[in-house]
Formats: sequence, structure tokens, C-alpha cells
Amino acid sequence: MIIKCPYCGPRDVIEFTYQGDATRKRPEPLSNDPDVWNAYVYDRSNPSGLHREFWLHSGGCRQHLVVTRDMTTHAISSVAFARDIASGGQA
Amino acid sequence: MAELQSPIGSAYVTGDHGNAAGGVGVTIRERIGLSIIQITAWSDTIPEVLTAIGSATGLVLQNKPGLGRVAGEKSVFGFAPGRYFVVAATPELELRLRSVISADLATIIDLTHGRTVIRVSGPDAEWVLSKLFAIDFSEHAFPIAYGRATLHHDIHANIQHIDDETFDLYVFRTFARSFWKTLGHAAEEVGYKVE
Ligand SMILES: [Zn+2]
Repeated sequence: MIIKCPYCGPRDVIEFTYQGDATRKRPEPLSNDPDVWNAYVYDRSNPSGLHREFWLHSGGCRQHLVVTRDMTTHAISSVAFARDIASGGQA
Repeated sequence: MAELQSPIGSAYVTGDHGNAAGGVGVTIRERIGLSIIQITAWSDTIPEVLTAIGSATGLVLQNKPGLGRVAGEKSVFGFAPGRYFVVAATPELELRLRSVISADLATIIDLTHGRTVIRVSGPDAEWVLSKLFAIDFSEHAFPIAYGRATLHHDIHANIQHIDDETFDLYVFRTFARSFWKTLGHAAEEVGYKVE
């Protein structure tokens, strides 16, 4: 699998570290509902088709990325800096 | 100033090595006497930092991924957003950069004692380096003067494309001797000269 880093260009997946599901929403910090936190930490939907994931380009520019990948074909439709998405951008 | 010892040590054997039948495929040497400074701009100070690097070194860069410049022993290149290597054969380089870049513009780290610079040159440079790094070394993908951050066997390295058949490799000093030997093995089939 090749991920096209927005800074470094296309790089082999060995240069990247998977950092998990990018669609999770952190619960309200003051929440003490154990079911809500349990779901946030452990529940994964494992969808077939498009999925958003965090990847770290640990072997390159060391930026955190949001990758949109098709879970059945591994085709990657978009890669963006996570910080741009955190500040309102779209992947 | 005390002279920096090369970490390559007894593994550095000048002369011709490997398959001599086809001539010299690559020439390798260690670049010594350099100051190697890493500069990391804050996300909103990149243009000012590039201007400051330009005023300290004479090498002016635009803010474009991987862009670099080379002038003799001096070079500068980006390898991550807002991150640059600035290299020159002058011990005052760090002071000169600090005089124009304050902490509210960027952080400055002197890597002079932390990296070893190996210059690989020759018609087979791309071929040999492609055995060690999973990046495209061809000029259309990796233009001259540009920089890269990548891995060799899971260990970080920086590379700058110097001219059409020359690359500078920045490897960790503590790993330099091992890397030097690996590079020699990779170059054996094309024949190589150590200068
Ligand atoms: Zn990258």
C-alpha cells in the first residue's frame, strides 16, 4: 500500500504508523458515564467501504495525517494533514 | 576547536572496491568540517524564517515541500512542514542563524555532532541508493537541490539531491559506520571508489 503524503509525496506504507479510527468523537470530558467511555475506547464499527483513519508519517515528515481509505479495495481517496482537518478543513 | 572524529573510523578505506570491470559506478566520501543546523519554524512564522535563513546564508527558499538550494559547501533544504536543514562549512553557522532567528520565530538545534554526511556520486548513484531507500530517486520525482526525510531499514535519514548524479545522505552519527558498510555492500556490484 502506498500513501501519498501531502508533504513528502507517495511513500510505502512501511514509513507510516497506524493511529486508529479518525471518526471517533471524544465524549464530553466531564462525562462519568462508563458506557459512553467504554464505547469510545473499545467499540469499532469495522465498516466495509470508505473509512477515515489517522496515520503518522513516522518515517518521513512526522506529520499526523487523516487518510480516507476503502476497506475492501485499500484504494485511498484522500490524504490531508490532521491539523488542517482539526481546524476546520475537509479530507 | 577540537577536530571532530569520524565515526566511520577504520571502515573508511580509500581506493577502489568491488566490481572493477565496469569502471567506477559510484564514488562515496564523508563530508567533514560542516555545521549541521536544524530549524523548525512555528506554523505561522515559516515565511519569516525562510527570509532569515536567506539573510544568514544567502540561500533563499520559497515555502514549498522539500525545496532546497545548494551553493558549494552550503546547502539548505526542507524535509517537513516548516523544518529545514541548514548546512555550511563554518563553525559560526549556528550563531549566525541565532542572531536572526529568535525563539518566537523558530527553534534551532545544532546537529553537527549528531549526523554524518555521506556524499554518493556517480552514474549508478540512483541504482545503489534505490536498494537502501524506498523512494524515487529519479529527477522528475526528486528534483535537484530538494530534500527528503525517509527510512533505511526503519532508521531515519535525510537526503538532498545535489546534482544530476550526486546525493548527500544525513545519517545518525552513531549508526554511520554500520550504514557505511551497508552502502559499500550495495555499491559492490557496480564498483565504487572511496575518496
Ligand atoms: Zn510526510
